[in-house]
Amino acid sequence: MIVGAIFLLCVATTVVGALIAALTARIIRSVCGLAICCIGLAGLYYFLHSPFLALMEILIYVGAVCVTIIFAVMLAEPDEPVSEENPGSTVLWGGVALLVSVAIFWGLWHLGTHQNLAAPATRLTDGSVKAIGYSLLTAYSMAFELISLALLIAIIGALAIARTGRTKP
Amino acid sequence: MTPSPLPDRLDIYLAVAALLLAIGIFGLLRRRTLIGMLISGELIFSGASLNLMAFNRFKAPDPTVGQIFVLFIMGLAAAEIAIALSIIIAVYRNYRSVKTQDLAELNG
Repeated sequence: MIVGAIFLLCVATTVVGALIAALTARIIRSVCGLAICCIGLAGLYYFLHSPFLALMEILIYVGAVCVTIIFAVMLAEPDEPVSEENPGSTVLWGGVALLVSVAIFWGLWHLGTHQNLAAPATRLTDGSVKAIGYSLLTAYSMAFELISLALLIAIIGALAIARTGRTKP
Repeated sequence: MTPSPLPDRLDIYLAVAALLLAIGIFGLLRRRTLIGMLISGELIFSGASLNLMAFNRFKAPDPTVGQIFVLFIMGLAAAEIAIALSIIIAVYRNYRSVKTQDLAELNG
């Protein structure tokens, strides 16, 4: 009973945070909405039997991504201009977004329930942090190295891009 | 057959992920600044990750695969955020604005 309540709380946190992130006019509130959404998402990952990913979600998204975005908000002043578009276009875009996501949801739901994707009888591993570590260093070691290389290049590229034009008045 | 408890149902996770995708697309279309669009893109990433984790939990024979996939998505999202924010800051230095309507120099 209380597990279901906590689960619904996580779902509500995720959805409300996402709505705050997408709908508020001030960018700083939008960043806070993203942080709330990621905390709810971490709870959902915990319910999906992956406490390691819950920790990583909070560590990377709330701890790194949101803080970096806040730094960019402080450097540039990206407040939304007063929207001059008519509400009809908002309804149209909302309809487009709902249409796309409902189509994808229907496809995945059909795939998950109606196809012969039965739940596996036995699991190969238990999905613990130890098993993740073994997989990262054996089967996925190439992808692991490549992603570290991508992150290194991203850091260097970010430094190089953000540095240009600093001496201009 | 009694219905399974709420946290053990695949369709709820898929619905939440679809909602995240819808909100992300809506924000991406509606936002007028680059940073707002970036935040909406993060919501779309989160929806994709949640889909992967849901199928990993309920259908995959090896539950580490989806977790590693989502870890890689998080790493790539972090790299993307770093690059995109540095581009946004460089754009702000040149144009004194990050509103998408002001960045129309390549407009034909």
